[in-house]
Amino acid sequence: MKRIIYREWRIPPARYWGLLGILASVVVIGALAFAYMEHEGHWVTGMSNSVVWGTPHVFAVFLIISASGALNIASIGTVFRKPLYKPLGRLSGLLSAALLMGGLLVLVLDLGRPERLVVAMTTYNFRSIFAWNIFLYSGFMAIVIAYLWSMADRHGEPYNRPIGILATFWRLALTTGTGAIFGFLVARQAYDAAILAPMFVVMSFAYGLAIFMLVMMFTFTEEGRPIGERILCRLKNLLGIFILGVFYFTLVYHLTKLYGAKNHDLVGWLLLDGGIYTFMFWVGWVLVGGLMPLGIIYHPVLSKDRTWIAAACGLVIVGGLASMYVIIIGSQAYPMQMFPGHTVLASGFFDGVQGEASRYSPTIPEVLLGLGGVAIALLITSVGVRVLQFLPESLADDVLPVDEEKIVEQGPAGAKA
Amino acid sequence: MKDHHEPTDPTDAGPADSGRRAFMGVAAGITAAVVAPGVVLHSVTAAPRSEAVTSDVRWGLLIDTAKCVDGCSACVDACDRENGLNLQNKPASASQEHWDDQKAVWIRKVQLQDNQTGRVTNLPLMCQHCEHPPCVDVCPTGASFKRADGIVMVDRHTCIGCRYCMMACPYKARSFIHKAVEDQLTRVPRGKGCVESCNLCVHRRDFGEDSTACVDACREAGHEAIVFGDLKDPESSIRKHLAEMASRQIREDLSLNTGVRYSGI
Ligand code: SF4
Ligand code: SF4
Repeated sequence: MKRIIYREWRIPPARYWGLLGILASVVVIGALAFAYMEHEGHWVTGMSNSVVWGTPHVFAVFLIISASGALNIASIGTVFRKPLYKPLGRLSGLLSAALLMGGLLVLVLDLGRPERLVVAMTTYNFRSIFAWNIFLYSGFMAIVIAYLWSMADRHGEPYNRPIGILATFWRLALTTGTGAIFGFLVARQAYDAAILAPMFVVMSFAYGLAIFMLVMMFTFTEEGRPIGERILCRLKNLLGIFILGVFYFTLVYHLTKLYGAKNHDLVGWLLLDGGIYTFMFWVGWVLVGGLMPLGIIYHPVLSKDRTWIAAACGLVIVGGLASMYVIIIGSQAYPMQMFPGHTVLASGFFDGVQGEASRYSPTIPEVLLGLGGVAIALLITSVGVRVLQFLPESLADDVLPVDEEKIVEQGPAGAKA
Repeated sequence: MKDHHEPTDPTDAGPADSGRRAFMGVAAGITAAVVAPGVVLHSVTAAPRSEAVTSDVRWGLLIDTAKCVDGCSACVDACDRENGLNLQNKPASASQEHWDDQKAVWIRKVQLQDNQTGRVTNLPLMCQHCEHPPCVDVCPTGASFKRADGIVMVDRHTCIGCRYCMMACPYKARSFIHKAVEDQLTRVPRGKGCVESCNLCVHRRDFGEDSTACVDACREAGHEAIVFGDLKDPESSIRKHLAEMASRQIREDLSLNTGVRYSGI
């Protein structure tokens, strides 16, 4: 095993500035979309009094839970002492902080009163999970920065493991908290389920890892740094396990819902005749986000091809956005059950007249704001890897530490798998 | 906490204060000026209350769905006028459908049919002024609050417009102000980007009046389907009605102990 050398990302300036230019333009467009919605008011969005959280929340929640998942690699390296993953810890930490930043920005800019952020930072209602999350998010940011320091600075070395353990617990709390924002809403049938919290944790693992792998493959290949089969194979298999985990929770979620007879309508609607939400569930969440990437990952030939692996990661991300759309918007569109055993014949407020779901269609500014958050996250990452030593020079098989199992079984000279 | 947030005390079950209770005139126009502002007809201006809201009262509504008439919207219209909701204008470029989904509504008429028996019921639905309001629990800044007298409302100076309360309310009772409102009533100021809902005509409470706009309108329309009053006062007409007729809360399963009760559903 050789010493891992970290080096700034040195792609040709023209390419680098071109990339930054593209990302910055998306950020600016996102900012303009925000300015427009803020100036005109939310009436220019598809959000209504029935569907109160729209597409920006889909992006924000996706980015926030991905932030937690992106830290996985660092956690596995430090907390579970898997030396193979250690060289990727820095990138993992950086990406995690960047994604959280992007997600939080979208969340804040979608507030009805974004200028009152100070109020949110100074006035707390400690019974609100939302208020706890503000602490979870800011704490996470601080811990990740400390974690990065402990990885990069010699003086930080002794603190690396304790901080890593703290970070791992913290991010689990963070995703649980984010899931609980939805899981504790007894008012809405689709949300009233504690399983949403662990489901968000597993989803975060999958989405965060998919984003991490894409960023890693892109930065490395752009600059011609080698990525060996071993690490790629490990990451790919890990992604497969996480996708299976998401499937498992999706199944349990629907089964627990079905167990309560009062929710048969909801599950039937979602799985069979929820229109766009049914489509998003089967095609987006299940097929694109689950079956297709699994097919690639476990395919004897395709799984060896890097382009296909990258495609699998991309599919997981698309599927992740679709699942967020179903969870966040579909659950709101489904009419609230206020009068069991009755049909609403008429209502001045669209209370699911004749069982009809609420209308919602995203408008362009909402989507642009969400994409702006994605671009911010990528912009922070690109600048980070360019100016600081986040990326290892090589992830080639012979550079990376041997698998820990081999250290135990065969001694450090163990052959590669 | 802002000084106009009266601290809510859940352990307020002590005997109702008779002075406060006296606010509840039996019929409109009966004055019982025991404590400062006194009771007045709502057309008469009175001095605002000078002392803090107490938990000796708990304001509530009783809705007799048997008397709520099909096709009547007197309460809704009166609420709109009283609280300036009729001053909202549809933006020229918005479709009517979209605007109907977005404009603020404090009270709406709902018509239900029993799936088993086919019986049709009409009822007005508004904020239920829960004793344990989920909207207050989830509000990150504490902008959603419950007054000592049981009225649940939003402090528009601290609401950040996160809309979490709307996600949490089991009655879909809250509205988000999606666009700036030009014409406003001073008694119900309205800011773009904040959330609001029925406040039991809190301005009338604070001027010592003894009813709400919806109650008055329903009576004027000759239906008397809504009774307003102090749920803690055994002598109040709402309590007397509640003693006589079976009533229930919507979504009783959530144990929110709502301040709005319905009979006949
Ligand atoms: S009905 Fe809704 S808005 Fe009113 S107090 Fe209850 S939870 Fe809050
Ligand atoms: S929208 Fe306003 S009142 Fe509602 S939870 Fe958010 S801050 Fe509180």
